[in-house]
Amino acid sequence: MRVAGARTRTHTPNWPTRCPGISSLTMDPECSQLLPALCAVLADPRQPMADDTCLEKLLDWFKTITEAGSSLLLLQGNPCLVELLCHMLKPQDLSSRVLAFSLRLTGVLAAQEDCFQYLQQGELLPKLFGEAGPLGGAAWTSPTVRSGWIQGLRSLAQHPSALHFLADCGAVDTIFSLQEDSSLFVASAAGQLLVHILGLSMPGPAGGPPSLQAGDWPACAQKIVGHIEESLRATATPQITQALNVLTTTFGHCHDPWTQVLWVRLSPLVAGLLEKDPVPAAHSLVDLLLSVARSPGLSSSSCGLWETLAQTLSHLSPTQAGPLALGILKLQDCPQALRAQAFAVLLQPLACVLKATAQDPGPSGVLDGIVGDSMTADMLLPSKAACVGLLCRTLAHLELLLPLPQRPCPWPQAPLLGAAVTLLQLCGGSARPTSDAGRHLCALLLGCVRVQRAALDFLGTLSEGTGPRELVTQVFAVLLEYLRSPDSSPTVLKKAFQATFRWLLSSPKTPGCWDLDPHALLFLRDLLPVLQKRLCSPCWEVRDSGLEFLTQMTRHWGGQAGFRHALLASEVPKLTEQLLRDPESYVRASAVTAMGQLSSQGLCVPPAGPEHPGGQQKSLLAELLHILSTDSEGFPRRAVMQVFTQWLRDSHADVAGDTEQFVAGVLQVASQDLDWEVRAQGLELALVFLEQTLGQPRSHCPCAVTPAVAAPVGPLAQALQPLCRVRLFEFAFRALFDCDRPVAQKSCDLLLFLRAKTASSGSLQESRSSPHVASVEAALQRWQAGDQAQPLGDLEPEVVLAVLRSLDLEGLQGALAESSDHVEKSPQSLLQDMLATVGVLGGNEADCY
Amino acid sequence: MKLYCLSGHPTLPCNVLKFKSTTIMLDCGLDMTSTLNFLPLPLVQSPRLSNLPGWSLKDGNAFLDKTELIDLSTVDVILISNYHCMMALPYITEHTGFSGTVYATEPTVQIGRLLMEELVNFIERVPKAQSASLWKNKDIQRLLPSPLKDAVEVSTWRRCYTMQEVNSALSKIQLVGYSQKIELFGAVQVTPLSSGYALGSSNWIIQSHYEKVSYVSGSSLLTTHPQPMDQASLKNSDVLILTGLTQIPTANPDGMVGEFCSNLALTVRNGGNVLVPCYPSGVIYDLLECLYQYIDSAGLSNIPFYFISPVANSSLEFSQIFAEWLCHNKQTKVYLPEPPFPHAELIQTNKLKHYPSLHGDFSSDFRQPCVVFTGHPSLRFGDVVHFMELWGKSSLNTVIFTEPDFSYLEALAPYQPLAMKCIYCPIDTRLNFIQVSKLLKEVQPLHVVCPEQYTQPPPAQSHRMDLMIDCQPPAMSYRRAEVLALPFKRRYEKIEIMPELADALVPMEIKPGISLATVSAVLHTKDNKHVLQPPPRPAQPTGGKKRKRASEDIPDCKVLKPLLSGSIPVEQFVQTLEKHGFSDIKVEDTAKGHIVLLQEAETLIQIEEDSTHIICDNDEMLRVRLRDLVLKFLQKF
Repeated sequence: MRVAGARTRTHTPNWPTRCPGISSLTMDPECSQLLPALCAVLADPRQPMADDTCLEKLLDWFKTITEAGSSLLLLQGNPCLVELLCHMLKPQDLSSRVLAFSLRLTGVLAAQEDCFQYLQQGELLPKLFGEAGPLGGAAWTSPTVRSGWIQGLRSLAQHPSALHFLADCGAVDTIFSLQEDSSLFVASAAGQLLVHILGLSMPGPAGGPPSLQAGDWPACAQKIVGHIEESLRATATPQITQALNVLTTTFGHCHDPWTQVLWVRLSPLVAGLLEKDPVPAAHSLVDLLLSVARSPGLSSSSCGLWETLAQTLSHLSPTQAGPLALGILKLQDCPQALRAQAFAVLLQPLACVLKATAQDPGPSGVLDGIVGDSMTADMLLPSKAACVGLLCRTLAHLELLLPLPQRPCPWPQAPLLGAAVTLLQLCGGSARPTSDAGRHLCALLLGCVRVQRAALDFLGTLSEGTGPRELVTQVFAVLLEYLRSPDSSPTVLKKAFQATFRWLLSSPKTPGCWDLDPHALLFLRDLLPVLQKRLCSPCWEVRDSGLEFLTQMTRHWGGQAGFRHALLASEVPKLTEQLLRDPESYVRASAVTAMGQLSSQGLCVPPAGPEHPGGQQKSLLAELLHILSTDSEGFPRRAVMQVFTQWLRDSHADVAGDTEQFVAGVLQVASQDLDWEVRAQGLELALVFLEQTLGQPRSHCPCAVTPAVAAPVGPLAQALQPLCRVRLFEFAFRALFDCDRPVAQKSCDLLLFLRAKTASSGSLQESRSSPHVASVEAALQRWQAGDQAQPLGDLEPEVVLAVLRSLDLEGLQGALAESSDHVEKSPQSLLQDMLATVGVLGGNEADCY
Repeated sequence: MKLYCLSGHPTLPCNVLKFKSTTIMLDCGLDMTSTLNFLPLPLVQSPRLSNLPGWSLKDGNAFLDKTELIDLSTVDVILISNYHCMMALPYITEHTGFSGTVYATEPTVQIGRLLMEELVNFIERVPKAQSASLWKNKDIQRLLPSPLKDAVEVSTWRRCYTMQEVNSALSKIQLVGYSQKIELFGAVQVTPLSSGYALGSSNWIIQSHYEKVSYVSGSSLLTTHPQPMDQASLKNSDVLILTGLTQIPTANPDGMVGEFCSNLALTVRNGGNVLVPCYPSGVIYDLLECLYQYIDSAGLSNIPFYFISPVANSSLEFSQIFAEWLCHNKQTKVYLPEPPFPHAELIQTNKLKHYPSLHGDFSSDFRQPCVVFTGHPSLRFGDVVHFMELWGKSSLNTVIFTEPDFSYLEALAPYQPLAMKCIYCPIDTRLNFIQVSKLLKEVQPLHVVCPEQYTQPPPAQSHRMDLMIDCQPPAMSYRRAEVLALPFKRRYEKIEIMPELADALVPMEIKPGISLATVSAVLHTKDNKHVLQPPPRPAQPTGGKKRKRASEDIPDCKVLKPLLSGSIPVEQFVQTLEKHGFSDIKVEDTAKGHIVLLQEAETLIQIEEDSTHIICDNDEMLRVRLRDLVLKFLQKF
């Protein structure tokens, strides 16, 4: 998104233009010619590459080529590549980046078995990846090289020959040690490589079920599994974590039958971890168990997985068990008992809150009995940070679970509502707990913004269900308390507004009427004074969220008598009007949107009274036009354009009076705007007007319309006259050459749409040869060249149509669809850039002499 | 060391500390809540007020609520911590025989004077034709309606002081600066520290050579206009007396300021007027500063702000000249040079206008809708009474209470029924309980003393365990008219030694780093300072009379016994006893040391830190033997 005012040329559409390929799939001759020079540069330690992103791009390019064709042919056609790789073997001071690049390139090339063999013949592979290579040298200290080595092997390991190679050169042991690498990237890549090798060495789905006996497994797999087993038995947590992570990835990515055998073999060791206190690497353990449970390759019942999950749930601390419980509840098929246990774990913190505040856990009794006598609210109380963290996570988990089809049933809506309300009361200081635990909890949570935000979000989500009347009353009471409280922070207020809106939406409807129910109307009567006050808040965020809330409410209930009556009786519309002149641009923008919405619903009160004696108050339309033409910030102007578009669409009374004058005025101002979004919105408005003029409802995507579905009403020229009168074409043509691509694209779409509409109607004379057309085309050429000073003047419909036909709009659309750097993205330019960079470096060097 | 607690009001404290023969009064706040029992004093005769059924105008200003726990003439000094806590000063210093000194910072005195001036002016400009005092008779008081009949000690309620008394009282004040050390009779030293609450507000440190008492009263950690609170100097106190915490612990000042601005804008935008009953100094500076930033954004730039007080002008001017007492960023403005407070600009641009009273210029300038800041927050006297009468009938207008000292519902009672909107936005920047608990953790006093209100949650919110002081050991609490013995004993006193005497000392090292020397000298005590001086030379015995005097003051004539030092290791001592033939030895541990029991010999050796006793029945031989064994373990010199 561009900042308004910075109107620079970011894109020059070649019109009509050719559409160059982004990157050719085989190496073109120009690149082949540049390659030897580049390889020489790469091999020369005196010419360091300043930028390793070009090495990445180069590698991407090689990947594209090898994926499309034969690597062997590539190598044979470009011997400089092998030379480059051989050069890496010489002892010299090469940059670690180039070395890493070469290792990765080798891997990419050797992924094809014939090419692998070719490189093997030259003993290149063992030298690069074995002990003789960088592995034993000083370069190995660089994490970039270690990472390149792993990634090279990862690319290379695609075929059985590669497996033998790995076994022969002892790479697997090196990978084991790299799992503990100081660089997290290297360590993680090592783990992933192990997973990949394991998967490669095991028989595929067609190979039949493998034996449980270790002796029957391929040597490489045996080695890796043995290593994992050893790590799982270790006492050091990092080692256990590595093993668990490798297994998690394995079960996540591979669902072949052998994974089940692997799990059966390893699950006793995994279960053994639960016997330690505290459970080591709990997070990784949870990830693994969930990964296994989700794996379609495992029939969970036969592997004792459910038992392990149940055991884990009961062993982990509430904080650790939360994610596991959520994961279990998300599983499609899982025993009911386990789901019940998981749900109980998830609900535990909230049950503790209810218990601490000595509340009835609710008639459904789901939360009842979760907290035994031994397990009291103490689990929440050790420290503020722990308590807040646990509660926020619990609320977030439940919020995630609520919309899922597999959420637990029956859903304890009432107790959860009660818990959310209680939490909000505890944070707001309005709860009156009688127990010590409750008082302590109150002291911990008082004024805690994090819990307030999480609880309000959760409360909002709960609005999708219903609840007992008295609880809903409590919900509205606590929301009102938050909206009223001077201590509510702006973010909390925003969430309170959102939750309030959702609850108002869900309040029961009177049959056959969309109006708010009597209770909600009563609430509204309390709410509006609060909203009034918030609209006067010294904090702009608060004013802004207040206006957004008002807009939402008006959009939904603006037509309903009860709402209208309450709103009109309040000062809210008047205050909103005053906020059009707020010093903060975001607030002005929100006020514009809100006023637009109020006005659409006829809820704007014409200001009267002592403040505006005599003269007629400016109409809202004039006020908005004033903002559009004078506001220094983009947001309010964009909002005005959106309101205008909506008004035009809805045939708003202020607009319907003289639509042409309105459109002409708006387009004129919008075309001068420095903010591209305003200009783009201007095109949207132009499109609405165009559709209305041509008498066809708009389809969603104008360019998708099949040409001439219906003929326009009346003769075409007559139909186009209003468009000409509002100077819509001048606006659209100008936008066609806009320096901001989205504007040009939108204009292109609009003109294509128009052309399609008019194509079928041959009623108009071709006037291509008229001198007027020629002068317009000349003017457009100048516009494209950047000189947009000259206006087009009055255009006749015939001229417009002729110009439309002569424009290569499809070509332009294609060019605009390219990203703005497509010319610079070609491999050739990449190679040239890399060489040029080095050349410049070389030039500097020469200067020094 | 004793603390006499003369006030039960935690934010208007008045305590007397007796410490090392000095009597120090800590603050003398004036609890004016009793004025709420009276009818407002209107500037013009109000038929409505005078015709209220069952009410009649009485002498409307009785304040002092203090017990005669202590003779005020014995008070040596009064330490004032801020201008709100000195309003009772004339009652203490005048007509009581008080002859001491009052210590306070300059802004405290100047602004305190303004507050008193305003008070006197408010009361004196509406003199009453009649006064009633017979009702104070207990028999009549009993028959009065509540709460008057329940009021305690109404006989001690007094009329408001006069300007003359104020001037006389203020003349007894000596100005001090932060961190200045003031010697009181050589016995204690008192030092004011910045407390961050108001211009010139201070906490006090009262210390002797070996004891330190901190007095924390009305402090704030918020960044408003005054210099920030000096916390570091409060460390290592034996006792910390903690008063003047926020009166509205549940209201966050920031939220309240936002509430204030919102309600103000809402009223003015609807064409109504806003009345802010306030004191002429303090929070009003912060409110004006907030409004200065807010009015443009709220589109209120053409709304006039009026500040009406007999001392309005002085208050606005004074605030600008006390640069050294302001917070850092206000101080730096002075060097630019710019006025530290933005209300100067509000005045310049005519957005803020100030008047001494309703009469005169104000009535000609007055334009509505407007915002009026005026006193008194009790709504019982001052120009505010007039505005309440004027604006009370319209629901467009709003009164916004920002001062927490009075219950706004009680303040409004005589004006009911009232159509105008009432908003309660108490702004109290003093410490809340969270801040106190952090402060105590940081400062770590050995003992905390505070009003009893702070040691339990407020009665209306008994579940709010966070609204009380939580410290270890638990705070000692006091209530009105209580005398508290502060929980520490003075153990040491500093004695100076004259140089020539010091020269003559011959120290002997008894263990590494510790040397001892005996000294014979005369202890000379004057003005609570103790000095060891060389003894006068023995005069020549020239006559009987002289001889007698000489024998009196020559201690060195006596044969000096050697002095002993060291400690007795019990186990080794027992071994030694066994070696010397004692058997059946039993050792008992006592609170102060050990008792070694020789059961056969029916003898007891009591070994304590600073004494050893051998108790045996008339066996001098045994005693000497044992004594010699004991002495083996001790050094002699």
